[in-house]
Amino acid sequence: MSIQEALKKRILVIDGAMGTMIQRHKLTEQDYRGTRFAHWPSDLKGNNDLLCITQPAIITGIHLQYLEAGADIIETNTFSSTSIAMADYDMQDLAYELNIAAAKCVREAIVQYKSKHPNTNEKYIAGSIGPLNKTLSLSPDVNNPGFRAVTFDEVVIAYTEQIRGLVDGGVDVILIETIFDTLNAKAAIFAVKEFFRKAGKPELPMMISGTITDASGRTLSGQTLAAFYTSIQHAKPLSVGLNCALGAQEMRSHIEELAQIATCYTSAYPNAGLPNAMGEYDEEPHQTAHFIEEWAKNKFVNIVGGCCGTTPDHIKHMAENVKNITPRILPILDPTI
Amino acid sequence: MSEDIIHIKPFLRLAGLEPLVIRPETNFVNVGERTNVTGSKKFARLIRDNQYEEALSVARQQVESGAQIIDVNMDDALLEGVKAMTTFLNLVQSEPDIARIPIMIDSSKFEIIEAGLKCVQGKCIVNSISMKEGEAKFIEQAHICKAYGAAVIVMAFDEVGQADTKERKVEICSRAYKILVEQVGFDPQDIIFDPNIFAVATGIEEHNNYAVDFIEATRVIKQRMPLAKVSGGVSNVSFSFRGNDTVREAIHAVFLYHAIKAGMDMGIVNAGQLEVYDEIEPTLRNLCEDVLLNKKNDNNEATEALIQYADTVKSKGKVEVKSAAWREGSVEERLAHSLINGITDFIDADTEEARLKYNEPLEVIEGPLMAGMNQVGDLFGSGKMFLPQVVKSARVMKKSVAVLTPFIEAEKERKKLASINPNSASKGPAKILLATVKGDVHDIGKNIVGVVLGCNGYEIIDLGVMVSADKILAEAQKQEVDIIGLSGLITPSLDEMVYIAKEMKRRGMSIPLILGGATTSRMHTAVKIAPEYDNGVVHVLDASRSVTVAGSLLNKEQKNPFLKELETAYIQLKSDFDNKKTIRQSVSYADASKNKAVIDWSHFSVPTPSFTGNQAIELTDLSVLVDYIDWKPFFIAWELHGNFPAILADEKVGEVASKLYEDANKLLAQLIKENWLTAKGAVGFWPAQSKDDDVLVTNGKEEVALHFLRQQAKKTAGQPNYSLADFICPASENKKDFIGAFAVTIHGIEKHIKQFEENLDDYNKIILQALADRLAEAFAEYLHAKTRKEYWGYAAGEQLTNESLISEQYVGIRPAPGYPACPDHTEKYTLFNLLEAEKNTGISLTESLAMYPASSVCGWYFANPDSQYFGLGKISQDQVIDYAQRKNKPLEYITRWLQPVID
Repeated sequence: MSIQEALKKRILVIDGAMGTMIQRHKLTEQDYRGTRFAHWPSDLKGNNDLLCITQPAIITGIHLQYLEAGADIIETNTFSSTSIAMADYDMQDLAYELNIAAAKCVREAIVQYKSKHPNTNEKYIAGSIGPLNKTLSLSPDVNNPGFRAVTFDEVVIAYTEQIRGLVDGGVDVILIETIFDTLNAKAAIFAVKEFFRKAGKPELPMMISGTITDASGRTLSGQTLAAFYTSIQHAKPLSVGLNCALGAQEMRSHIEELAQIATCYTSAYPNAGLPNAMGEYDEEPHQTAHFIEEWAKNKFVNIVGGCCGTTPDHIKHMAENVKNITPRILPILDPTI
Repeated sequence: MSEDIIHIKPFLRLAGLEPLVIRPETNFVNVGERTNVTGSKKFARLIRDNQYEEALSVARQQVESGAQIIDVNMDDALLEGVKAMTTFLNLVQSEPDIARIPIMIDSSKFEIIEAGLKCVQGKCIVNSISMKEGEAKFIEQAHICKAYGAAVIVMAFDEVGQADTKERKVEICSRAYKILVEQVGFDPQDIIFDPNIFAVATGIEEHNNYAVDFIEATRVIKQRMPLAKVSGGVSNVSFSFRGNDTVREAIHAVFLYHAIKAGMDMGIVNAGQLEVYDEIEPTLRNLCEDVLLNKKNDNNEATEALIQYADTVKSKGKVEVKSAAWREGSVEERLAHSLINGITDFIDADTEEARLKYNEPLEVIEGPLMAGMNQVGDLFGSGKMFLPQVVKSARVMKKSVAVLTPFIEAEKERKKLASINPNSASKGPAKILLATVKGDVHDIGKNIVGVVLGCNGYEIIDLGVMVSADKILAEAQKQEVDIIGLSGLITPSLDEMVYIAKEMKRRGMSIPLILGGATTSRMHTAVKIAPEYDNGVVHVLDASRSVTVAGSLLNKEQKNPFLKELETAYIQLKSDFDNKKTIRQSVSYADASKNKAVIDWSHFSVPTPSFTGNQAIELTDLSVLVDYIDWKPFFIAWELHGNFPAILADEKVGEVASKLYEDANKLLAQLIKENWLTAKGAVGFWPAQSKDDDVLVTNGKEEVALHFLRQQAKKTAGQPNYSLADFICPASENKKDFIGAFAVTIHGIEKHIKQFEENLDDYNKIILQALADRLAEAFAEYLHAKTRKEYWGYAAGEQLTNESLISEQYVGIRPAPGYPACPDHTEKYTLFNLLEAEKNTGISLTESLAMYPASSVCGWYFANPDSQYFGLGKISQDQVIDYAQRKNKPLEYITRWLQPVID
């Protein structure tokens, strides 16, 4: 069953945090390097995306835990797998390969899961595209507001390479997520559209997920939620939603607004609350799941899941709580004004 | 929980930082046209000269004056279009007050359009693409626009050429629509057609039907493709009447009247140049109608008739042509006409006629006069009248009321004798109390607000300047006013406003408080004042907004929602502010001091001034100052924003600005000829050496320390943390250096202000106040030039035009205590002592360190060629403590005075 058909029938669950799960493995610099990069000149600890190449079993294992918890959509571990973000490790040339490897990890996890649960629902691979560490709308230099650390064209080139890797790796959906600068997202959308148009292939569905950074209800680049949605609507996304920065409690009013204005499906995967004084997320799985359940009942969402600090346990509770709730129905698009 | 299915309409939706949805009730969308190098010479020059800051203010001004979208065009042969578009739009993105609205990226070169699309996060409009170079290119460009998520304007242009007839326009637009929707997959609501507006009345018969062709094509396009939009550049249509604004405005108004009815949705127009369709002189309107609709025009008769009429308007001038006709109307119509057009010539006679017609004199005020002023208020509110015109209307109103007042009083007396309650009829208008707060002497803005509110039917109680909190609040309670309005220009006034808000709370008052003036801001109000008083604190940006704010506050139904909404906005601003605080990067005072401005002192030398100590200077003939006047702030005082003299030719406000300029020059000539005013000043120079952030001045036998502050923002490499002390040679260099100071003022306006008040002439009163300010500034400029060339003589050979003076192209600076480079107002004490300014100039300092008379300027002179103006920005506690020690003052005292700059 295609993801479009599945969304008509039920609320789909997307997986939770990758970083939190990797931390549990307490990996060392040597673990990150593996044999292939044993002599790489720069430190690699913390390059989580690299683990798809050096520790594929660990990444596959995490995906599998989320599948066991009830996730329908699994994100590739490619949040930073672009030449621009990888330049921090001098690994810009590995971008394409990282995306291929990451998609493979998810595929492998799904194969393992299906062999154990032959009658399972269809599972979907979402190719994760992160926001980059450089922004197109904001100047990093307060004294020179017209300056940009990167150009639109450079961002499009980097994203296009990532998209090629994800598509070649076999993802089902392109997920542009954690958008704090809409212009970066527009570059990603541009890259997707031009990639498929030039390749002469049908476009993969896009999921788009923005980030409201604080209580102002605006993105970091200053847009209101409605302006953000208007600015990415041309992507004709499968879904639009919000993730990261906020816990479910703080995200509620925004996702409610989005549910009113979005012509497509809506998604929400908040953090496990706000970080405590120690910088750790401590919202309990049943608490997060309780919020999500209320959204589902109010028909705010079609896709739910977790971002920073969430675990397979959180996803399990969510999946359990939403499984019998009918999903949000798409708005009717009036043909006339 | 709701099971209702949501319906979403296919509106055109655009976005800047905020969304713009174009709904049927939107009626007509104004696209701001001034940020276009092909349309605005000023903007073109700014871009060519790389003055992007100033260019941004052009954009800001359009947003402020109500543009819903701004059109940006960089098509100039002398410009690198791609680079100019990129630079400008990147800068726009960092100005939230501009980036708020959507951008129309306008170019005939697609590479420039694409460069623009790469800079803007919101949803833009591309202006434009067409099939001029064939379908394939059109499709490719449309695909690219779609991939960037932009709406597009499609020009009715194909391989054959630009469409001129209705049939061609419809045919090309329909073909383009089909391609865009079916082949490219464009959303129909994202398609905007520009079916070409061409000039009519050119004398060429084929052109006579051009307006009809556009209007009728629009009608068919909107019928066949109801989701698409129609736009156009309106001023083309009247191109034949270049130089005759009366006729052009009328043509535009008549054209839009018909085009909007036919379905035109948006246009690049100059709203200020539009006459209201109903207000056009009927003969002219009929002629325009005939020409535009091509009626009675088989042999160019209609065209000929309009041309003939245009000549009479041109030769006679606009007012004369109209004057005859409007005198024929009823007395009510004549009163309204006088009010709207600010004509006092007939007001006494017309008022008298109305008084005889109505039963009671009060009915004349409540009837025709208020009706006329309501029209003025509406026209002003919708941007069709400008401040100088409104003030003239107020003058007419006051004159008319003055004629009626004795009769009203007599009527009251009669009723009293007959034991009828004279006030039984109505409670009377709402009262608004206005005052400039204690320690502050500036009141031009307050006076303007008073006039504008007065025009809108409020009773104004103006307590004047330097009014203590106690007096304001006691008076407000005694007179049972409905709103208190406070004004302030200098920073210490902010604290006074906070204090008044606290006092209102303590006294248990319930009326709202409105705040305005150059030093006030929405942010300061939200962060510091609103939290102190619970019954409404509203910051008002300018006089024009004061009307809607007062209206909302005094309307029972609107008041609570209005305050509620405002409260939310203020809380938001406050939280933004609190959050932002932590992001600002600063360095310690010690580190900032290490990063001072690097000046090569080894080759430094400066001439010795022609005298040391101070000298008094008095001018009785002010004509020498006229050339030094910077007119731009004069117009800003009247809420006419723009550069001088370009503003006189501005398409929107040019006419109003020219009239104001003419009236101001008339008064200026009179006040000079009749010696109304005296300019008094003091100048002084002293040997000086810097020691850290102090400057040690030798004044006769004593040594006086001047104290300066240093920037603490984190700078990029190579950028110093400035202090003004950096520009004086350090003691360690053992070289001769000097510092200068000046204070100037204009004496003598009070008597004339009073006279204007007695003549009910707010218009000339405000002009005089604004002129006095300009003359004080001009005097400062004049003395600075004298200083450079003569008194100090460090730039003896300088040759600068007034324009270069205003843009500060001279060597050396003259920063004023209390302003950005040295924001500590208390240094004025030292400056005044050195200059013996009270004795020499007659200026006194208020407790907030404002200078009285209000038209006064003072400052330091720095001659060093490396010296420059800068803003101090925020400073940290470490510097505040050091500064208090240097000044030998208690920390609390320093903290209070430096509050606005302390992080």
